[in-house]
Amino acid sequence: MGKVRLRTRLVRYRWLFVLLLPGLAYFAIFRYAPMYGVTIAFQDYLPFLGFSGSPWVGWKHFENLFSSPDFPRVLTNTLILALLNAVFVFPAPIVVALLLNELRLSVLKRAIQSAIYIPHFLSWTIVAALTYLLFALDTGPITQLMNGLFNARFDFLADPDWFRPLVIAQTLWKSVGWGTIIYLAALAGVDPNLYEAARIDGANRWRQMWHVTLPTIRSTIVVMAILLAGNLLDTGFEQIYLLTNSLNRSVAEVFDTYVYFLGITQGAYSYSTAVGLFKAVVGIILIYGVNWLARRFHHTGLF
Amino acid sequence: MAVNRSTPAGRVFDAVNVVVLVALAVVTILPFIYVTAGSFAKESELAERSFFLWPREVVTDTYRYIFSTDTFLRSLIVTIAVTAVGMIIQVLLTFTMAYPLAKRHLPGRNLLLNLVIFTMVFSGGLIPTYLIVRELGLLDTYWALILPLAINPFYLIIVKNFFQELPEELQEAAQIDGCTELGVFWRIVLPLSKPIIATMGLFYAVAIWNDFMSPLLYIDDSTKWTLQMFVRQVTVSSDMANTLGQIDPNYIPPEQGLKFSVIVVATVPILLLYPFLQRHFAKGILIGSVKG
Repeated sequence: MGKVRLRTRLVRYRWLFVLLLPGLAYFAIFRYAPMYGVTIAFQDYLPFLGFSGSPWVGWKHFENLFSSPDFPRVLTNTLILALLNAVFVFPAPIVVALLLNELRLSVLKRAIQSAIYIPHFLSWTIVAALTYLLFALDTGPITQLMNGLFNARFDFLADPDWFRPLVIAQTLWKSVGWGTIIYLAALAGVDPNLYEAARIDGANRWRQMWHVTLPTIRSTIVVMAILLAGNLLDTGFEQIYLLTNSLNRSVAEVFDTYVYFLGITQGAYSYSTAVGLFKAVVGIILIYGVNWLARRFHHTGLF
Repeated sequence: MAVNRSTPAGRVFDAVNVVVLVALAVVTILPFIYVTAGSFAKESELAERSFFLWPREVVTDTYRYIFSTDTFLRSLIVTIAVTAVGMIIQVLLTFTMAYPLAKRHLPGRNLLLNLVIFTMVFSGGLIPTYLIVRELGLLDTYWALILPLAINPFYLIIVKNFFQELPEELQEAAQIDGCTELGVFWRIVLPLSKPIIATMGLFYAVAIWNDFMSPLLYIDDSTKWTLQMFVRQVTVSSDMANTLGQIDPNYIPPEQGLKFSVIVVATVPILLLYPFLQRHFAKGILIGSVKG
């Protein structure tokens, strides 16, 4: 393509470039400048010297991170939450979607859907506030119920052993209903003739679900699994932060909150940026790696 | 799918299924009813009964109290204003950027699209973004709650895909009639996009209303707090006296009840929008997932 043609195209589209400008400015300032700012992970950042003037220190902050006693703790906490997510939260919307799909009464189905989608739209602050009310020591309704049932005195909010179950319960409550949408959409596309054929072959309902329904949503499940793997270390800052207190910190601290406490509250900008960069790079490797595996063995990937 | 319903096992399954799903719906809804009931109850009833879905006596003490305090009213007004202004800015930026990116012959289009998509998998992270916001002098200003999140790349791609599906002929015809590109955008494309503008407006408004991280990061001054910060301070930190400010030293505020009513006030706007949200978001999530 010649230079002249490019120039005429540029002239022809000049108003489109004008429209582009504000958006481009946004991406440059708030998305790409912070990416350049990641270089402070290799510097000792000093505010008055800025991103470009601070002295370079190489891998010092990463070495500090990997030799710090915090690292195994934060990594373990993050990975345990990720594992619990994969085991308890990931399959839940699939199960609920399959159950909803078996529901014949469409009025009831829609009513249930309307109810279980609601929490998705609420903030983590509201979820945390509800948690603090329902699980409050001695006074919370759930605490009283459990105290009565087990004749004990539960301290859900401060006891480190209860931190992870609470996080998973919150996530389930907030996200399971909404998570069904994508599976229900895939289920709606199943050809009814397949069920007819399976029935003629003598398949009962369980076998129809196993041999007809599940295979049709398999690729959706794979895509969601890739996304889950890519976000493995994203434990949700707001949720964890709001549930963290001085008593459960030992199990609550994950990468996101660790970066916040060190960077924002203690001002260790370079070190916390290094922690964030480590997490982001692991995330990229995970998403591309799982995607590669999915394409290799399943012939469906995200990209 | 009409499956062999006549078998006894099938009927048992159907019954169990209904029970399980209804239970799930009830568990989801119950906290809202509990909080709403609690917010209209007397402080003494809250101390006495741990769980109820209807107060013995309906009173509005807690609401009258929170709406009489400056701090709460201010945070409510601030949140409404930031949400409204922020939504307008976000919608404007998203739509003006999506339109050129939808033009297949735009020079540099692929590069720009790839740059946008890259921000979905990698970001500079919390600290560098915070330092940029600080360098720009936006700390403790409401702009910090709006500008850093002004364009959501996922929504941008959804709008771009929407524009791509508009009939080209319509836009070409308008250009032949002497309309400039800007004119086509303003007079032809935007009026055709009203439903998706409404959808995106809702997406963005809910995100700003619910945002807790931005005010936590960027707003130090407690007189500039948004509603979410306020809710957190009252319910999670239980720092009632400092947060609300004691107006009358002889008056003891209904401490426990306040937690309930503050949650209700922060939730009601979302619940009012919920019928629209449910319809539009469900569509949006599917558009986004079909073509990322």
